[in-house]
Amino acid sequence: MKLPEAEQLCAQLVGELKARIGPQTAMIGLYTGGAWLAERLHAMLRLPEPLGLMDIAFYRDDYHARGLHHDPKRTKIPFDISGRDLLLVDDVLYTGRTVRAAMNELFDYGRPASISLVVLADRGGRQLPICAQHCGARVEVPSGMRLRLKRDAGDRLTLALEPERAA
Amino acid sequence: MRLHIKGGRVVDPASARDAVGDVYAADGKIAEEFSRADRVIDAKGLVVAPGFIDLSARLREPGYEYKATLESEMDAAVAGGVTSLACPPDTDPPLDEPGLVDMLRRRAKALSRARVYPLGALTVKLRGEALTEMAELGEAGCVAFSQGNVPLRDTQLLWHALQYAATFGYPVWLRAEDAWLAKDGVSHDGEVATRLGLAGIPSFAETIALGAILELVRATRARVHVCRLSTAGAVEMMRHAKQEGLPVSCDVAIHHLHLCDMDLGYFDSHCRLEPPLRSQRDRDALARGLAEGAVDCLCSDHTPVDEDGKHLPFAEAEPGATGLELLLPLALKWGAAHKLPLAVTLARMTSDPARILGVATGRIVTGAPADLAIFDPGAAVRVTAESLKSQGKNTPFLGYELAGRVRYTVVAGNVVYEG
Amino acid sequence: MQRNPQLNANGELQHLLSIEGLPREVLVQILDTAESFVGVTEREVKKVPLLRGKSVFNLFFEPSTRTRTTFEIAAKRLSADVINLNIALSSQTKGESLLDTVANLSAMQADIFVVRHNSSGAPYLIARNVKPHEHVVNAGDGRHAHPTQGLLDLYTIRHYKNEFTRLTVAIVGDILHSRVARSLIHGLTTLGAPEVRVIGPQTLLPSGVEALGVRVFHDMRAGLKDCDVIVMLRLQNERMDGTLLPSAQEFFKHYGLTGAKLSLAKPDAIVMHPGPMNRGVEIDSTVADGPHAVILPQVTFGIAVRMAVMSIVAGN
Repeated sequence: MKLPEAEQLCAQLVGELKARIGPQTAMIGLYTGGAWLAERLHAMLRLPEPLGLMDIAFYRDDYHARGLHHDPKRTKIPFDISGRDLLLVDDVLYTGRTVRAAMNELFDYGRPASISLVVLADRGGRQLPICAQHCGARVEVPSGMRLRLKRDAGDRLTLALEPERAA
Repeated sequence: MRLHIKGGRVVDPASARDAVGDVYAADGKIAEEFSRADRVIDAKGLVVAPGFIDLSARLREPGYEYKATLESEMDAAVAGGVTSLACPPDTDPPLDEPGLVDMLRRRAKALSRARVYPLGALTVKLRGEALTEMAELGEAGCVAFSQGNVPLRDTQLLWHALQYAATFGYPVWLRAEDAWLAKDGVSHDGEVATRLGLAGIPSFAETIALGAILELVRATRARVHVCRLSTAGAVEMMRHAKQEGLPVSCDVAIHHLHLCDMDLGYFDSHCRLEPPLRSQRDRDALARGLAEGAVDCLCSDHTPVDEDGKHLPFAEAEPGATGLELLLPLALKWGAAHKLPLAVTLARMTSDPARILGVATGRIVTGAPADLAIFDPGAAVRVTAESLKSQGKNTPFLGYELAGRVRYTVVAGNVVYEG
Repeated sequence: MQRNPQLNANGELQHLLSIEGLPREVLVQILDTAESFVGVTEREVKKVPLLRGKSVFNLFFEPSTRTRTTFEIAAKRLSADVINLNIALSSQTKGESLLDTVANLSAMQADIFVVRHNSSGAPYLIARNVKPHEHVVNAGDGRHAHPTQGLLDLYTIRHYKNEFTRLTVAIVGDILHSRVARSLIHGLTTLGAPEVRVIGPQTLLPSGVEALGVRVFHDMRAGLKDCDVIVMLRLQNERMDGTLLPSAQEFFKHYGLTGAKLSLAKPDAIVMHPGPMNRGVEIDSTVADGPHAVILPQVTFGIAVRMAVMSIVAGN
């Protein structure tokens, strides 16, 4: 099945987002795919505020089932969250649990004025009342598969399907 | 009863006999062939050996009945093929009064299992301050005098104790351990203790004390049996002492033949023993020394400890392991590893300890007491808490599969155990 | 014979009892996770919800305010409930056995036992007797191990020196009685430090210490030469009673860290101390308060490291 071109979707999102950049706008990307996407968008939009990057490992809701099995990255938010219009960036929106964890973590840093969710692809399958304000494309993912963003050595972004890892 | 043991492989180290044959017993003694027996035991495929003589088994009476009783431990003894055993004086109260010794002997005799030879306390209350009435204790039935595992710090008193014992011709059984160097130690002082953070007892705690003992033997000509060797150095010293002609002998506990400090693993309190398990080098020297005869015999050093005593951090756990029922399989394992003839292995449990104890058992010869151990050398034994008759289930060999199972034990011509 | 009791059937850390025997990957995972937690401790809301609803029982059979406090802070920053038990004062004096104490607490729904005991191996006994969902973290057992201290020392070294494979590290003082030294030595050798030195008088060095993978020095000047990291161990009062050492003064003269001796090490050497310090016994005040000392940051890192350890074991 043919997946949309990630680079094209980036350009499309940049077009949408240009209109809503304001003085309080700041961007935060979620490791790992969301961080790559955010780095690209942040550069293309030429945002003045530095980019924030977030690891949600300590806020996941599946710790009790899976334990702490992540490749730990350090959340770095180099600006004050309070009063900001945040653009929260992730590569694929699925159940919505990642975004829920990200918002819980964000509120431990401060009180933003607003949070808008920006995703490259929405594969449906929501388990929580979460939606993206800006979405590159809707993508059907066959069961047993995962949709992931990949970045090659030349920094080119592509979407790919992989078999679901055993839990 | 007139007993006929038929067709077994009769191994008697004392008379260098190792052949298939028959053994007869009547009136409690080994007898010449007779025709009408009251009982015939078919010993085909089994080994018929003299009953084992264990130079150290703690029966925990008097005083420690919550750990074990005479009944349970005597059952364990005969289940292990042990027909004679010496018990150390460190009971509660210690065996420093003729009345206590007498009572112990009567109780043991009434049970009609193994023969019990009590060791009398060398000093009053084992405190190392005053001599006991050795002559009185000897008359009550003590075969030798000992401090058990209690150190005797005062070397002047030790000298006088040896002089006094020598006066009456009593042997003294001593553990060679310098109390100061061993103070607070719970394991062998070496790499393993360093890694585990345990206080160690250096090897020279044994060799320094043994040097002192040997000098006192030279001065007093007392007969000394050194108990529970644990170092390669001590084996070497004993070899030289015997070559010199000193009246000394020594034994090793079965655990120290097979285990070393590495076996402590993750602080296994079943390996908390006195003396401690030492290095591989020490273990190998002890095993070789026993094969050559520099070490005279092996014993179980049977010490039942209740579960509460072992379910503690290593340094706080009570030392000791149960061993009467493991004496045979562990001895056979040692003998096999050193490719020894069965007669030599069995000598270290029969004729050699008999010589040290000064008893007429430990041999299969007409007129000798009819004490026999009839066993299947190849039968598998799985060491589990349930399979042990002793109340002490504390052994580092729990879960091991060993070979050598006793099928019949005979004491004074009576079958006291069948398994 | 026995499986490493720290790892479960999948090779994951279920108890932290000792650094010895832990695979390199596990040590690195703990250090990397600790780094994430340092970020948490630097922000306004210092909590994460990982251990919400879980109970951490501090079982200190040996009194300690510092270590117990850092474990308490670490557990609370993971949103856990913390109960402190000063066992020395309560059930032990009534003769309750170690395992009975643990069983009673287990009945009160504990998830993590943080245990400090003066007998080497005590946490292993506890770990063998807890329920499958209960985890044991060793806060120091006798002379054997103090793994969280070892880990925070490793974290500190990594923070200032970036990596281990080119370092010369010297540990100075009473190695014989030190669980901190043993844990650090195991950690350094596992992570590939090429030269680990122990410096002290013969009376304070345990038998066969070379077998741990260290070089022994009795001369401190020779031992400090070109070191990247110097770890000073605390000398306890009991050691100065005359049976192992004659006096604090003589010890300080030969084994205390002064500015002069420090200058023998590399110019960018760091000085560490597990605390609490005996100024004038093992370390000079000018050094303790000087630019090479990283003793205070060690404390911050200690909280993050303990957060990492508890969140890793509790999830396995």
